[in-house]
Amino acid sequence: MPGHVALIDYGAGNLQSVANALKAAGAPLVKVTDKPDVVLAAERVVLPGVGAFGACARALRGISGMVEAMEQRVLDEGAPFLGICVGMQLLASRGVEHGVHKGLDWIGGEVIAIEVTDPAIKVPHMGWNDVAAMKHRDGAGLIERGEAYFLHSYHFVPDEGRDIAAITDHGGAITAAVARDNILGVQFHPEKSQRYGIELLERWLDWKP
Amino acid sequence: MTVRVRVIPCLDVADGRVVKGVNFVDLIDAGDPVEQAKAYDAAGADELCFLDISASHEGRGTLIDVVRRTAEVCFMPLTVGGGVRSADDARALLLAGADKVAVNSAAVSRPEVVAEIAERFGSQCVVASVDARRVCGPGVDNPGDDRGERRWEIFTHGGRKETGIDAIEHARRLADLGAGELLVTSMDGDGTKRGYDLELTRTIADAVGIPVIASGGVGNLGHLVAGVTEGRASAVLAASIFHFGQHTIAEAHEALRMAGLPARS
Repeated sequence: MPGHVALIDYGAGNLQSVANALKAAGAPLVKVTDKPDVVLAAERVVLPGVGAFGACARALRGISGMVEAMEQRVLDEGAPFLGICVGMQLLASRGVEHGVHKGLDWIGGEVIAIEVTDPAIKVPHMGWNDVAAMKHRDGAGLIERGEAYFLHSYHFVPDEGRDIAAITDHGGAITAAVARDNILGVQFHPEKSQRYGIELLERWLDWKP
Repeated sequence: MTVRVRVIPCLDVADGRVVKGVNFVDLIDAGDPVEQAKAYDAAGADELCFLDISASHEGRGTLIDVVRRTAEVCFMPLTVGGGVRSADDARALLLAGADKVAVNSAAVSRPEVVAEIAERFGSQCVVASVDARRVCGPGVDNPGDDRGERRWEIFTHGGRKETGIDAIEHARRLADLGAGELLVTSMDGDGTKRGYDLELTRTIADAVGIPVIASGGVGNLGHLVAGVTEGRASAVLAASIFHFGQHTIAEAHEALRMAGLPARS
């Protein structure tokens, strides 16, 4: 019998939407949880997130033992991981939204404001945009070329280009997905990207990195 | 390409049922919001908007249930507005499954509520409404006169009550307070099918750095295109042209693409 997907509840946003989408994609059991034990026992781990980087990082660290449980289950034991939006940005070393805040530092780099020079380009980057997959990278096959729903004002700039699994364009190249080993992070919202998003979650649920 | 122009059908909801006001007065019952939301999800709408126009407290409770049931079956961004007066009101809708909340009259009487919601849940989830009427310029006293100053004022209560607040100044203020986007509705145009107030839309879109949704008065696909090309909106909202089957979402996307604009295929 397959194990459960732990969907980490740290008070950040649209948990129910993500849980609904994972179920629609065929996840047999989704446990919305703020318990480190449930993460340690999970087959797969999802970190969602909306809002500000600093507030999310603080809330996640505010749950005693949660970051340690995530590191053990994902980094040491290799459970497939998915970070969504701010949950993806938290993989970075640091974020510079309203001050400098430490991230998980699973994928080196920083999260900075989207800077636009053309006043016709609006921030937040809000709406459907291209996901252009980098085929040779980690996570290849999970990310397909298509259109997904983005909603963010900050973006993840990894130190190493090889960690970028997909890009989009909003007044310049923006990281749309990062991947390394068993870790996938997407800037866009698969749970809000209709069929494209559900199909991505289906592939992630089958992913055996 | 770049970020797509969003086509957003808007459902007016009262006591858990879809209604569509013509000039905010005559209401025609057009069904179950969850069923309509599923249809728009399948049709490839870029986002969906529910505006609750219930007068009663019970109606609001029903709305939460509608949002919850919609989020279970629709995997698209959902904005919910109507009667949001506090960060706690916003929280209830977000927990039920809304992605964004639209703040209407509270943003006029107490604009700080926009900052309160943005600080707790992020700017990306705050849609601030700008409901405006033209009080000066062409189309007010001398319809043929294209000279002179143009001015719009904020109106509340479905466009019936003037506030004396300059609409452009109000829009700037809401953006400064942390709104993630502005829903700009011409109360002159709403329900008329004569098209958006393009000048109002453009003046606000040029005044703020956040996206603007054009709203009020769509009667055909050309109006959607003009909202972007002339109004410089990032998204176009419409109701009756979609609800009553006059046009599909795919036709709206195609019309935008034919005009050289980025739209989903």
